[in-house]
Amino acid sequence: MSDKTIKAPLPGTFYRQPDPNADPFVTEGDEVNPGDVVGLVEIMKSFHEVKSQDSGVVERFLVENEDTVEAGQDLAVLGG
Amino acid sequence: MRRVLIANRGEIALRVIRACRELEIESVAVYSQADESALHVRKADHSINIGKAAARFSYLNPDVLLDAAQKTGADAVHPGYGFLSENAEFARRCQGAGLIWVGPPPEAIEQMGDKAAARKLAAQADVPIVPGTKGTIAPEQALAKAEDIGYPVMLKAAAGGGGKGIRIARNPDELQDCVAIAAREARAAFGDPALYLEKLLVSPRHVEIQVLADTHDNVIHLYERECSLQRRRQKLLEESPAPALDAGNRERMAAAAVRLARAAGYTNAGTVEFLLDGNGGFYFIEMNTRIQVEHPVTEMVTGVDLVKEQLRIAAGERLAIAQEEVPLHGAAIEFRITAEDPDSDFHPSPGQITCLEIPGGPGVRLDTALYAGYNVPPFYDSLIAKLIVWGLDRREAIARGRRALEEFAIEGIHTTIPFHLHILENPGFRQGEYHTEYLSDLALA
Repeated sequence: MSDKTIKAPLPGTFYRQPDPNADPFVTEGDEVNPGDVVGLVEIMKSFHEVKSQDSGVVERFLVENEDTVEAGQDLAVLGG
Repeated sequence: MRRVLIANRGEIALRVIRACRELEIESVAVYSQADESALHVRKADHSINIGKAAARFSYLNPDVLLDAAQKTGADAVHPGYGFLSENAEFARRCQGAGLIWVGPPPEAIEQMGDKAAARKLAAQADVPIVPGTKGTIAPEQALAKAEDIGYPVMLKAAAGGGGKGIRIARNPDELQDCVAIAAREARAAFGDPALYLEKLLVSPRHVEIQVLADTHDNVIHLYERECSLQRRRQKLLEESPAPALDAGNRERMAAAAVRLARAAGYTNAGTVEFLLDGNGGFYFIEMNTRIQVEHPVTEMVTGVDLVKEQLRIAAGERLAIAQEEVPLHGAAIEFRITAEDPDSDFHPSPGQITCLEIPGGPGVRLDTALYAGYNVPPFYDSLIAKLIVWGLDRREAIARGRRALEEFAIEGIHTTIPFHLHILENPGFRQGEYHTEYLSDLALA
């Protein structure tokens, strides 16, 4: 087990898909590398990408799609 | 009308509360979970929680708003600007629920919201329009139409507005590339892929006419506002009178706006937007069927309280003032102050206000819902204050604007106050010689 997490860069509303009708950027079990986009945070009507800082496998998300998040909040846990 | 539900937040909710108070009408504030401690909630006579922070669950949710109106015994709904203010379906549902809609008829919202229909109506009313396609077009027609109009051209979403969903092509190759993308974007953003094509005016000025119409067939204009100072098609600063207009053009543009409002069967407050080219030609672009952010500029030079007029018109009263009685006195400028960092590409800057010192003195008006200790939430528009100054002439308004911006201190977050101070030093702005591309040409924004 590792305790690597993906954090929210900004406060706002978290989205797992690029738009409501699209597939999620990543799902549990997907491998990610540094710089990969795993979600969006909407802040004051503008959208900012959430990128993974590390390599690993997405173990689980700690927040739901459209949840309110704080800056620096853990959004997902990376394993492997 | 005795109790108005205000389907909005922030400074505009407060603005409507103030108008209600002066007319001795009760106000109902609505608030999301993120806005429990917002000023509009405290200043209204009644308030009601409408749910989760994200706007689509609360301020953009017709069901919870209609439910709130019923629960609080409201008999009217004022939508403010943004959110559901130009949503004809919401207006219709309010009326269907027996509520007075403080805005134009849903049919007028619909017609003006469809840019192609609005252009058609403008042409019928003898209002000049930017050369372009008569209606919406299919992607494969775009190349032939663009040849007729002449490059550069703009591809616009028929359902768009607020500068969103616009693409520019300088030649057939560029047009070919962007037609499919533009249709897809329009569908994604507005649920409607219809497009139209328009000639792109190079470095035009943006001038708009405020109109008021009652339900007794009276339509007046309240002169113009110039909104040419823009960043990425978003207005930063507005003023009246427009430095770009001479007396003849002012009269012609205002008369065109009144003709359009009449042709649309318009009532309540509205704004007819035009682009002005370097030769004094002006062209209708769109009509905003609501109160505008920059309405105080007009209030300062005419003395007319536009929001009170909105409420009175919606209640069935006649306009309080006749066209020949509308003064145009002095000059006014509005500075839109947003929670953004101008030194860091206007990056959003929500957070807690640790210190607030507000400007005052002669000719200064501040419309804001800020208070010391307030936490600016990250969920909504970044506009946090509108500073409006009035002077006997433009020169005095500029000097007063600088003085008031210097007095204005907001600590804890970044704001665009320093950016406005910078603009006021710009020689082109000071001479009134600027246009919609001015800031990007200067690489200032």
